[in-house]
Amino acid sequence: MQKRALTPALETSFSSSVERLRELPVPGEVLVKPGDKVSADTIVARASLQGELYILRLPERMGLEAFEVMAGIKVSEGDVVQEGDILCQHAGLFGLLKTVSRSPAEGTIEFIAERTGHLGLRLAAKELTLEAFFDGVVAEVHEGKGLTLKTQGALIQGIFGVGGEARGELCALSVKRDELIQASALPNDIEGKIVYGGSAPDSEVLKAAAEKGAKGFICGSIDDRVLAHYLGYDLGIALTGDEEVPMTVIITEGFGRLAFSERAEAVLSRLSGQTASITGKTQVRAGAVRPEIIIPHEFAEKASEDHQEKLTTRGGLEVGASIRIIRVPYFGKKATVLDLPHAEAVIETGAKTRILTARLEDGTEVTVPRANVELLAEG
Amino acid sequence: MKVKPEELNTVVVTDCGSTTTKALLFQRTDQGWRQTSRGEAPTTVEKPVADVTVGALNAFQEIQEVSQRQILSENQSSVHPFHVSQSDLSRGIDLYLSTSSAGGGLQMMVTGVVDQITTESAERAALGAGAIVLEALSADDPRADHEKIERIRHLRPDIVLLAGGVDGGSTIHVTEAAEILLAAAPRPRFGDTLQLPVIFAGNKDAAGEVEEILRDFAQVSVVENVRPQLDRENLGPAREAIHEFFLTHVMSHSPGYDKLLKWSPVPIMPTPAAVGDMVVHFAQSEKVQVLCADIGGATTDVFSVFRNDQGEDVFNRTVSANLGMSYSVANVLIESGTENIARWLPYELNHAELRDRLRNKMIRPTSIPQTKEDLWLEQAVCREALRLSLDHHRSLAVGLSGAQKQSGIADIFSQSENRYELVNRKTLDVVIGSGGVLSHAPHRLQAALMMVDGFALEGVTQVTVDSIFMMPHLGVLSSVYPAAAAEIFQHDCIVNICHAVCPVYRGRISPGTPIAKISFEGQELGVIKAGSVQLFEVPQSSRGVLRVEPLHRNVDVGCGVNEVLERSVVSGLYGFLGDGRNRPIELDADSRTQCERQQRVFEELGF
Repeated sequence: MQKRALTPALETSFSSSVERLRELPVPGEVLVKPGDKVSADTIVARASLQGELYILRLPERMGLEAFEVMAGIKVSEGDVVQEGDILCQHAGLFGLLKTVSRSPAEGTIEFIAERTGHLGLRLAAKELTLEAFFDGVVAEVHEGKGLTLKTQGALIQGIFGVGGEARGELCALSVKRDELIQASALPNDIEGKIVYGGSAPDSEVLKAAAEKGAKGFICGSIDDRVLAHYLGYDLGIALTGDEEVPMTVIITEGFGRLAFSERAEAVLSRLSGQTASITGKTQVRAGAVRPEIIIPHEFAEKASEDHQEKLTTRGGLEVGASIRIIRVPYFGKKATVLDLPHAEAVIETGAKTRILTARLEDGTEVTVPRANVELLAEG
Repeated sequence: MKVKPEELNTVVVTDCGSTTTKALLFQRTDQGWRQTSRGEAPTTVEKPVADVTVGALNAFQEIQEVSQRQILSENQSSVHPFHVSQSDLSRGIDLYLSTSSAGGGLQMMVTGVVDQITTESAERAALGAGAIVLEALSADDPRADHEKIERIRHLRPDIVLLAGGVDGGSTIHVTEAAEILLAAAPRPRFGDTLQLPVIFAGNKDAAGEVEEILRDFAQVSVVENVRPQLDRENLGPAREAIHEFFLTHVMSHSPGYDKLLKWSPVPIMPTPAAVGDMVVHFAQSEKVQVLCADIGGATTDVFSVFRNDQGEDVFNRTVSANLGMSYSVANVLIESGTENIARWLPYELNHAELRDRLRNKMIRPTSIPQTKEDLWLEQAVCREALRLSLDHHRSLAVGLSGAQKQSGIADIFSQSENRYELVNRKTLDVVIGSGGVLSHAPHRLQAALMMVDGFALEGVTQVTVDSIFMMPHLGVLSSVYPAAAAEIFQHDCIVNICHAVCPVYRGRISPGTPIAKISFEGQELGVIKAGSVQLFEVPQSSRGVLRVEPLHRNVDVGCGVNEVLERSVVSGLYGFLGDGRNRPIELDADSRTQCERQQRVFEELGF
């Protein structure tokens, strides 16, 4: 049986039909219907999060035995209590040393454990809302769970990011793609914007951008130590998106010093000044999720259908395909596939594996394991 | 289908992993039971397919094509897709079996009263059943209730194991744990509308109260206490209950498993539980003490069977959930530190470059080393992952000694010193390595050296690898036909690479000084020198007596200081690997000198 090689590809496209599932973390209510046009900040679904349950250890709080607490309990399961309401009152010796325990908050008595004298107080539920995230049309509603939202526009996938969803006006940094970003390259008026360009910002650059109020920072690469400094800790696995950071950061190439993606820069430059929706959410394990930049725009309407066709019939790894090599000794280099030998070959390490030959941009012909290339998908 | 051993001639077994479904064909041949064919296909649990049987059928198709044997039926309406062998033994199969770790495996939370007593017993029960333990919570945990609740609230366990208290002791702490669980109300991973499966295996006097507290929130199953007495564990009933819930609540709700469960008359086992069973069968049948490590992309599982102070075999399994070669490679970097990884390299690498390379592996986990330098870096990470995961295993693989007097909760909290470490590298007979970095190392000796270094082996140890990660398949086969599983294990599964001979000594001995003489079948092979690694090759599969004689009064070759060791062995691919680097392995603080040491070791072994 001929098994198809699964070669990873990151999409960079000016015109794409983008469909994304917007899901509530807990079951709730969807507030829109199929066909509705929504803007990025429209609340499309909401849910009620169960309130916290406080365990009130009354014997400890009152210095009593459980049976003494039970003798003085003033509430029943299911009662709604206000902050300060008496929960238990103990008369004490000859009724002289009264001890009282009051409710620390408003809530409902969920349980009273007779043997321990413990009482469970459930706080009121909290409402949780879900925004659309990008301008689009509701394609499908998944009752109680979420919806599928569709738009036409540019889509750029990064290789890694940190920070959650953010929106802002795109703003180019005045640096070359392979140039190290200096703090001096940051314009002053980046509050609420998403800046992009260049390579390997240091900690001072990220700090300055965040302090100036930028919502997002997109560049070619980042140094491992700079990321740790920005997050305040070392990241162990590539499962991100919930970090409490002032600004979402997305890299297009990898760690170290690598030039910003040429095609990403070309797409973003055409749309500079437009509003982009970005997310740093990355999940490398099964069902890989990569960070994304979505920019709905009017020019995309016409091109999208052709493009969709191209994406679904994309043949994978084949002679003539554009690839990026993702491992030393050619890490980060782009190439064109020349040959895909069927048989396994022995590589320098001594391992036997399936390989391909490719021509780098400088004309050099190289042999690399197939596992070490990514398809360059573009539209 | 048939399940009686004498009726079996052809068995197909799958292991449905997170990424790959691997099917193996086992057959009774003229030479005995053998693994004859294999087929692989991507696992199809996740969308868009969302049906595990699709991947399994693809793997069966591959077996059919490779083996030229019909195993699938043309009749699509049957309960299962197989052609069952009748009179014509050249077609069909007799039995289908499977293990599974797809969808992240079995994920559990455990609670107990005292960290190193009942919580640890609960953790051992869950791990032994093949679970990943998301959280182990104790009553003596210093965190406040609301912090514990906050931690549990975000977990999505498949099953919770609630333990705590010895039988007849206080019930208050274990009922408090039930209250905290109720307060946090974690949702089960599968089936939002299902009640959370909770197994109560604590103080039997608290069972009624715990059931009462959790009655509206969880489906509670009460089993015997995992720690009925301080000096006795009883993990079997909890383990069985875990497997029961695994089938009824986890497997049956995973996409396509409702069908897969009907294909086999034998319950599907969690993959690590099957590996554990195989390790136990091997240890018992060969009367050996075994250490087995499976190092994957995200986690490292360590299994062991060591004898306790009563002479009984004790099985343990641990999962280092954040130590692995790809997804979790950056965690190895964080836990071990850059210097500890760099010390295993035979070349100097800028530390910033080292970190960036490993981070790039983290975000592109399927890439493989193309250059030797890059290979050495991955193998350096493997050594550290093995070291760290063995440290973790040693902390949990403990024996319980001495009868205890229980007079109150204060005594319970202070009795943790009655545990002793079971792992003893000097008495360890066999080490088994599994996982891509070990099983597919370009040179088998590289795998052996990674284990010698990572586990810091001492004395004489047979070093092997699982050739194609067949242990899950053999583990589930052993539940039906142990003799066939054992035969295949010896012939087709493990590769006997060499015997590591690692003398240890007190004090300092000058590099180059002979420390032990090594002979095989009366013939002297040479001497092991302090500070160096040497290979003593003999023909493969030679059966004979290995004799290791200390040449220095401080040297212990595995059976006591200055004592001669003699052991019957069957030689592996490379004979004997003599390691005179002492333990802990002597390393030079100067990075260049250390790098040169590593170069000499690699040159000696021909890498």
